[in-house]
Amino acid sequence: MFNKSKVAAVFAALALVVTTAPASSAAADDMEIFTWWASGGEAAGLAGMTTEFTRVNPKLKFVNATVAGAAGVNAKGVLVSRMQAGNPPDTFQAHAGAELSSYVKAKQIEDLTFLYKSEGWDKSFPKDLIKTLTTKGKIYSVPVNIHRANVLWWNPAAAKKAGITKAPDSLDALLVDLAKFKKSGIDGIALAGNGDWAMAHLFDYVLLASMGPDKFNGLWTGKTLWNSKEVTTAISYFSKILAYGNSSKSLDWPDAGKLVTTGKAGFFIMGDWASSQWQSEGLKLGTDYTWAPGPGTNGVYQWLSDSFTLPVGAPNRAAGIAWLKVCGSLAGQDAFNPKKGSIAARTDSNPALYDDYLKAAMKSWKVDRLVGSTVHGVNWGNAGMAAYNSAVGRFYTGGAKDSKGFVKALTAAAKADRNG
Amino acid sequence: MSVKKNRVHSPWGGFFFVLPSILAMAVFVYGMIGYTFRESLTNRTNAWETEIKFVGLTNYRDLLVDPEFTHALSNLLKFTIVFMIGCLLSGLIMSLLLEKGIKGEGFFRSTYLYPMAISFIAMGTSWRWLMDSARDADATGLNYLLQKIGLGFLQSDWYTSEAGSMYAMSLPAIWQMAGYVMALFLAGFRGIPDDLREAARVDGASEFKIYRHILFPQLSPTFLTVLIILGHISMKVFDLIFGIATKSYVTKVLAIYMWQVIFDFQNYAAGAAIAIVILLMIAVAVIPYLLYVNKTEEANK
Repeated sequence: MFNKSKVAAVFAALALVVTTAPASSAAADDMEIFTWWASGGEAAGLAGMTTEFTRVNPKLKFVNATVAGAAGVNAKGVLVSRMQAGNPPDTFQAHAGAELSSYVKAKQIEDLTFLYKSEGWDKSFPKDLIKTLTTKGKIYSVPVNIHRANVLWWNPAAAKKAGITKAPDSLDALLVDLAKFKKSGIDGIALAGNGDWAMAHLFDYVLLASMGPDKFNGLWTGKTLWNSKEVTTAISYFSKILAYGNSSKSLDWPDAGKLVTTGKAGFFIMGDWASSQWQSEGLKLGTDYTWAPGPGTNGVYQWLSDSFTLPVGAPNRAAGIAWLKVCGSLAGQDAFNPKKGSIAARTDSNPALYDDYLKAAMKSWKVDRLVGSTVHGVNWGNAGMAAYNSAVGRFYTGGAKDSKGFVKALTAAAKADRNG
Repeated sequence: MSVKKNRVHSPWGGFFFVLPSILAMAVFVYGMIGYTFRESLTNRTNAWETEIKFVGLTNYRDLLVDPEFTHALSNLLKFTIVFMIGCLLSGLIMSLLLEKGIKGEGFFRSTYLYPMAISFIAMGTSWRWLMDSARDADATGLNYLLQKIGLGFLQSDWYTSEAGSMYAMSLPAIWQMAGYVMALFLAGFRGIPDDLREAARVDGASEFKIYRHILFPQLSPTFLTVLIILGHISMKVFDLIFGIATKSYVTKVLAIYMWQVIFDFQNYAAGAAIAIVILLMIAVAVIPYLLYVNKTEEANK
């Protein structure tokens, strides 16, 4: 028997499933922000900026779609699927620079040049930064903060024991000091091998220090070739440095950093988020750890920046713009950065709010030559970046011997970036 | 006969009961497989391609010359071989030990089976600590243990050495699945009637001969089941490796590379092609098994 009511019930049930599936909760007064800042200084900084946002826009409700974990690795997956499904948030976090290029080409984020004009940001951000942010005359994101990638960290007590009195100022001087650390019975440099990116971070610095900012910038545009002599020289420095590393190849960067602060390893090349991590562990800048610009890169500021965007088709575009205005404002940046442990992208922020390291960084930010960080999205898009990390990971786990294979993989990464 | 009276009157009634699941399967399993395959034949190799065209098998040909793909594939094959052999051997040995009905069998059975209750991610985190490559004075985990029992020369880089990474990576997987394999074999042994053994003993067969000629041949269906289960778990391995080494080059397998290609590179066509390759590899393992099962069921009717 063909029972009509049964059929109807099945279809009704199906219809119910279909119609209730996309539970979009975009009320008119909501401002949905998508970030991966979920804990520590990042979350505290975001909270500071949120307070500023609700002060300026008391009517808008702040909805935080945080996807925690793995430095944004998980979040990026969720974001990509939401953008593809045409269900974007009102604004999302992304590294400033080439990392945004796929969103730009897919016409998924809006040109924000009008905001730079109306808010006067084209004057309050450094010229070099504006130049890097601009693609074909347009700017697509608002940088909230600036981190520095080329920073050398060490433990003053361990350095004293090894007979190191001042920071090395070149790669050769660095190698001499690494040997001193080794002689004093500890590893010369702390390496964080897990997930490849921190190794690529180190390599990025070595490239910069070895060939200088002009040649380095050429690598990402194709002007400097990957099979050139300069790259080979940098690789040989890199393998010499790796030889002084810790034997564990599977550390995350906070664990590798701990080797330095506990006196088990000498130097550490890491972005300046290390400083805020250590301060949250109760360590003191100057006594428990100290810093210098990466040897051979004095006067060069290798930067990366977290920025916010305006997706095309944002459910509440006005709210997204209101958030971006806070992101670029002096009050917003000064609320965020002291807690996140980074400096403001603006050059007019108030130094009194920041610690000694950040004060020094702010000074350098105004006068130094600015160069982007590859591992953190400035120089290459996602595909090139991932291939770059893989190439370094392969060289490192292969025992830092296969320089030819390394060059080949880097050349392939450049090609992947152009295709991607 | 009375059985007939109890049958459902209309064949449609039964059909409607399974209809929702048929529909769901058609849409969410086979429909999606079809969609993925279609995607893999297009030129959607980035996020901004708007003119979608069919490009035939280009994406598959590109994969063949992609060194990351071949690296991930060879990693996966190494992992699969070591994982399957390791699980089979250790599972078989454990089941042989328990098969005679020793004292405290229940205790050992649950102990061996227990690792299965742990999620891959939690297990990955602990095995990451255990397989740390720090040596000698800095050693922790397995390297520390080896030193303590006087086997310090066996210290290894584990999963961070280029040559041995996947062999090391199969250790936690074997540790987790061996108990399950044991349970399957044990069930297989218990399914063999005792009469057979007794008859063999009466005929003067040695214990070894009983296993070799009576018990093992009867286990061959179980053996096949185990192979299939392990094979397809291995082909799609993702969370264990991600939990231990995230996206590190050295331990990259197909599923991790697929994820990276789709979400990091936003190369949807290539990602779909990798997904289809994984599906085909699993199909090569599973379809002959399904045919075999169908055939034996037909024969038993």
